[in-house]
Amino acid sequence: MEQEKQQEVVVESVPPTGMKVVLREFKKDKIAMFSFIFITALIIGVYIASYFFIDIDEVMKVKLLQRYTEPGVNGYVLGADEAGRDILMQLIIGAKNSIYIAISVTLITSIAGIIIGLAAAYYGGVIDNIIMRIIDFFMTLPTLLIIIVMITIIPEYTPFHLILVISLFGWVGTARLVRSKVLSEARRDYVSASKTMGTSDLAIMFKGILPNLSSILIVELTLSFAGNVGIETGLSFLGFGLPPSVPSLGTLVSYATNPVVLAGKWWVWLPASLFILVMMLGINYVGQALRRAADARQRLG
Amino acid sequence: MWKTVVRRILVMIPQLFVLSLIIFFLAQKMPGDPFSGLITPETDPSRIEELREQAGLNDPLPMQYVNWIKDVAQGDFGKSYTYKRSVSSLIGERAYNTFLLSLFSVILVYALAIPLGVIAGRYKDTFVDKTVVLYSFISYAIPTFVLSLIFLYVFGYQLSWFPTSGTVDVGIEEGTLSYYWNRIHHMLLPAITYAVLGTTGIIQYLRSEVIDAQTQDYVKTARSKGVPMRKVYTRHIFRNSLLPIAAFLGFTITGLLGGSIFIETIFGYPGMGQLFVNSVLTRDYSVITTLVMLFGFLTLLGSLLSDIIMSIVDPRIRID
Repeated sequence: MEQEKQQEVVVESVPPTGMKVVLREFKKDKIAMFSFIFITALIIGVYIASYFFIDIDEVMKVKLLQRYTEPGVNGYVLGADEAGRDILMQLIIGAKNSIYIAISVTLITSIAGIIIGLAAAYYGGVIDNIIMRIIDFFMTLPTLLIIIVMITIIPEYTPFHLILVISLFGWVGTARLVRSKVLSEARRDYVSASKTMGTSDLAIMFKGILPNLSSILIVELTLSFAGNVGIETGLSFLGFGLPPSVPSLGTLVSYATNPVVLAGKWWVWLPASLFILVMMLGINYVGQALRRAADARQRLG
Repeated sequence: MWKTVVRRILVMIPQLFVLSLIIFFLAQKMPGDPFSGLITPETDPSRIEELREQAGLNDPLPMQYVNWIKDVAQGDFGKSYTYKRSVSSLIGERAYNTFLLSLFSVILVYALAIPLGVIAGRYKDTFVDKTVVLYSFISYAIPTFVLSLIFLYVFGYQLSWFPTSGTVDVGIEEGTLSYYWNRIHHMLLPAITYAVLGTTGIIQYLRSEVIDAQTQDYVKTARSKGVPMRKVYTRHIFRNSLLPIAAFLGFTITGLLGGSIFIETIFGYPGMGQLFVNSVLTRDYSVITTLVMLFGFLTLLGSLLSDIIMSIVDPRIRID
């Protein structure tokens, strides 16, 4: 009886870990909570709408008579672009494409970054040196220009190529972060203990060290997702992202490079710009709340 | 100190070498060659073949690479296909425009970020601080091209406060006072846009620096000697955080180069960023190659600058 009571006390005083911390932080920070629900609903809504309710071939059909239809006229909720294509429909499909590419790039770069960073920090020595030289080199490349040049010289260019080219330069940041965190983690007792017990290196890295980085990785994942949305829409805006036949948020914004559209036809470019803006603010806000949750000194809750 | 600088410059050499290899490889993959610019319908194909042979384009690749590097070292970057003039003079002109805009932007960045950062740190958790933090969050999250377009739309087209493209109005005599004012007027909006985007890092760093400094011994000492709080901020704390802020200059330059592609395109400012986008669209490969190399070199210089300033500021990171 006495012991049971003591145990209860012990259990109650255990500091909250993992998802509980995140939940507590989000309960405390109403804007972060709202941003999270909003972004999730947005992504799910965009996917459902573009798969079940919109016929892409119908949307991308050129209807010259409907050229630059104003919002609210002829059933065009947000008006039409220079080829008479519905802006709202393009916005939804474009958002889906942009999100799809950003998620793919984030997944590829995170996996590559985690493996490279873990290997560098865990093995150290020559391997670490070589990887760090490569990372330093990538950090000083004019990335945007090289991405654009690569995209223009790829024959039979598809969205798949775009994902690969962006990923080629995206892993560096994650690898650096993971390496620096693993460096301090690898000196801990539990790692030495596992080593003495004969646990394989792979098991120590992925089952021992990696779970301890989960909170930092979630932050990194969120923020790099936001960054990748920015890169894809930016490239599409310049005309080097998704091919013109595939709607993208960036392509919609790029209609504004025509002064006539920018000055007089706000409905063509402004919704997509605001969409990008709101999405970036939301994702980044969630990322920052997660970062606070991951760092005990900055927590609100 | 000098040892560190020399070491750091020596590290740059292999980086430049690999960069040039990558660019050479990319250039090989691009269709066309330096003579594409000379081809007209009347050109005899055998004449082109002769020229190719003379220029060594049929040599083995390593030979071509060595020759290319030799040309580049002598400032010979070939001819532009669209502009029908030598790449070096074309880029020289554009580089001057970009340099002016960048200089102006950097001044604005620091003029905006230093007071905001210090004030936010000094009045931590007040309304002013929260506003500055919110501002730096938004400017961090917003993509360059979205902010540029919104600024251009609002201040350029709706309010007509600024011209919407170019470097100077037509018909203004060069050298007069109104000419210089007109040039600045054209640069203002792009520079402000860049400044708004570029302040985030400096503000956040300065803010946390000032907050940390408040509990440090040297500040307590100054306070107990009777130095007024205002002076502690301007003399003691600010001076201590000034040099690390200077180290941001390197990153700011790197950011400017990346941002120039968007900002110059949107504001119709004829600098290197706009030239790059146009050259890619018109497939002007000799210009593209040169610009990628120049941007790569400048990015390297930026990071070199940051590292050198950091090693002056913090002797612990010097390599011995």
